[in-house]
Amino acid sequence: MRNLSEKETGSSQALEQFANSLGWFSIALGLAEVFAPRALAKFIGVKEQPILLPALGLREITSGVGILTQGGPAGWLWSRVAGDAIDLGLLATAYMSDACEDEDRIEAAAAAVAGVTAADLVCAVMLSRAEGNRGKQISQTITVGRTPEELYGFWRRLDNLPRIMRYLESVRPIGDNRSHWIARGPAGADVEWDAEITDDLPNELIAWRSLPGADVENSGQVHFQRAPGGRGTIVRVEMEYRPPAGGLGAMVAKLFGRAPEQEIQIDLYRFKQIMETGQVTTTEGQPAGRPTSTSPMYDGGTTRG
Amino acid sequence: MKANCWYDKHDMRVEEVPDPKVLDPRDAIIKITSTAICGSDLHIYNGFIPTMEKGDIVGHEFMGEVVEVGANVKNLSVGDRVVVPFPISCGNCFFCQRGLFSCCENSNPNAAMAEQMYGHAPCGIFGYSHMLGGFAGGQAEYARVPFADVGPIKIESNLTDDQVLFLSDIFPTGYMAAENCGIQPGDTIAVWGCGPVGLFAINSAYLLGAERVIAIDRFPERLRMASDKAKAETINYEEKDVFDTLKEMTGGRGPDACIDAVGMEGHAHGAVHVYDRVKQAMMSETGRPIALREAIIACRKGGTVSVPGVYGGILDKIPFGAVVNKALTIKSGQTHVQRYMRPLLERIQRGDIDPSYIITHHMPLDQAPEGYRIFCEKEDECIKVVLKP
Repeated sequence: MRNLSEKETGSSQALEQFANSLGWFSIALGLAEVFAPRALAKFIGVKEQPILLPALGLREITSGVGILTQGGPAGWLWSRVAGDAIDLGLLATAYMSDACEDEDRIEAAAAAVAGVTAADLVCAVMLSRAEGNRGKQISQTITVGRTPEELYGFWRRLDNLPRIMRYLESVRPIGDNRSHWIARGPAGADVEWDAEITDDLPNELIAWRSLPGADVENSGQVHFQRAPGGRGTIVRVEMEYRPPAGGLGAMVAKLFGRAPEQEIQIDLYRFKQIMETGQVTTTEGQPAGRPTSTSPMYDGGTTRG
Repeated sequence: MKANCWYDKHDMRVEEVPDPKVLDPRDAIIKITSTAICGSDLHIYNGFIPTMEKGDIVGHEFMGEVVEVGANVKNLSVGDRVVVPFPISCGNCFFCQRGLFSCCENSNPNAAMAEQMYGHAPCGIFGYSHMLGGFAGGQAEYARVPFADVGPIKIESNLTDDQVLFLSDIFPTGYMAAENCGIQPGDTIAVWGCGPVGLFAINSAYLLGAERVIAIDRFPERLRMASDKAKAETINYEEKDVFDTLKEMTGGRGPDACIDAVGMEGHAHGAVHVYDRVKQAMMSETGRPIALREAIIACRKGGTVSVPGVYGGILDKIPFGAVVNKALTIKSGQTHVQRYMRPLLERIQRGDIDPSYIITHHMPLDQAPEGYRIFCEKEDECIKVVLKP
């Protein structure tokens, strides 16, 4: 899992550079359209377009800034592809109308736009594929005042996990390093999958991965590292899951909450509470001057389901 | 049972609610015999504490008799008379083991919420908002006490409730404020605010060896109590300029340490007060740190500013240049009550101090809302209200 993500990081950097250079190109062209429409019109062989060219320029600048500054540049790249199509259409219209000043120049401009369109299209497709593939990655860490041996021992008994992960109904070992997981979905609908342990270094690391056919492809690992100064153990959890498309995907998103990072953090707090105090701290079931003792608005950390 | 519940700003109601149950093996249930309204409860009453929910049972200063214990509570038995500390602390974590009980890592089930505000979460506290755990409080007939094997202290002598009740919060809070001053023989300590915590800070400063304590307030009855009962010299800030007077009283040098026992709802004169009121109302600062500003400016070079007063969020116009250029130390924290209960109980038993002197009002629990009102308005020279369920 680690090697894979390193490789992915390398290629995604190259892709990002590719996208960024298209973004800068967009801004440069846009500035020319806005501030030098007359010279540009002459260059591409059309009559002066004092309104149209600056308008197109603003579109270019918007796409460029979007690519460079916003997360998830794929959408902005697709906006460039759409813009390219408009530009080609406008050039074709100009070629056949009386806006045409110099046919050779318009042909050259059209060829240049077509080349850029190809680059935009390739980049947009690659980015979209990368964004679609990248499942959600979460990592959290906590220090627990127990030895790695004690913590590993608890975690390795996978049927303990529902005590700390509140979205899990049960985890049942089914032999051969495999286990059957049932998660509680909203409105009583359960999500189930089989998983296998892919790496198991006693007192150090446990890694798992869902088996093919799982509703929610997921993998994760928990790492136990002795903290300096005899101050217990640093526990680091990394999880990756890829929600399926459609309704089930939305359900899974709800399962992990809007802030999956925080969900995992709260799970780790429960893990720490059990290991250090022997119980999960709760307020569920205490009295209040309202029908329920806890407040769903605030007590996300205490209530199950 | 009956319990005092928060519903809105200035809207407390004593309601019939279900009795608490043991929920965890380390819980105990206490039948409450005495419970007090804390100055910090007034911040809830005045609507300054976020993440309160309608119907929350409030109150964090209480004592009573153990009526039920969970399976893992071995140190308490049914019938024991106990005082309960306001911080809920597990006793097992990194912080509890270092005596930093109010920094407990395991007792606040809503830690993630507090982290968004503070970076890290404080411990759970009885009856003090969901960000601090959402625990039901002790202004009630019964209370569930989590980690009862760590917090409550048994009272085996025949001291009255009034004499030991304040071990739950304000006596240790005043004491820790004085301890944080690192008092040396000959020191002069200035204390802003002569409410219960300020009064106990004055007492504690003397217990820890201060030579002079100067107390600052504007209510004549509180200044009178500070001078008559706690032996402090006093400044009424409505009559005299605090900085000039302190400088004059300390030969120009300033107090060796300053204690802000006022917190987020401080008062001042004129433009500065209006400025803070407006900013607080617009939520662009969450406290009016008038006492803190004055304490920083008045403190002698190399001195300590100790802050037991409660602040919840963002403050404005703190003269931090003075902190740096006068080499000041600032110390604060929710009180690590468990650390102080036993030694302070011994002080009470020895007769070094009788904390009951601050009580001005005894009322039945039913009248809790009225108790809040008169305490908030400082009506009837109210300094401390003790409720009897």
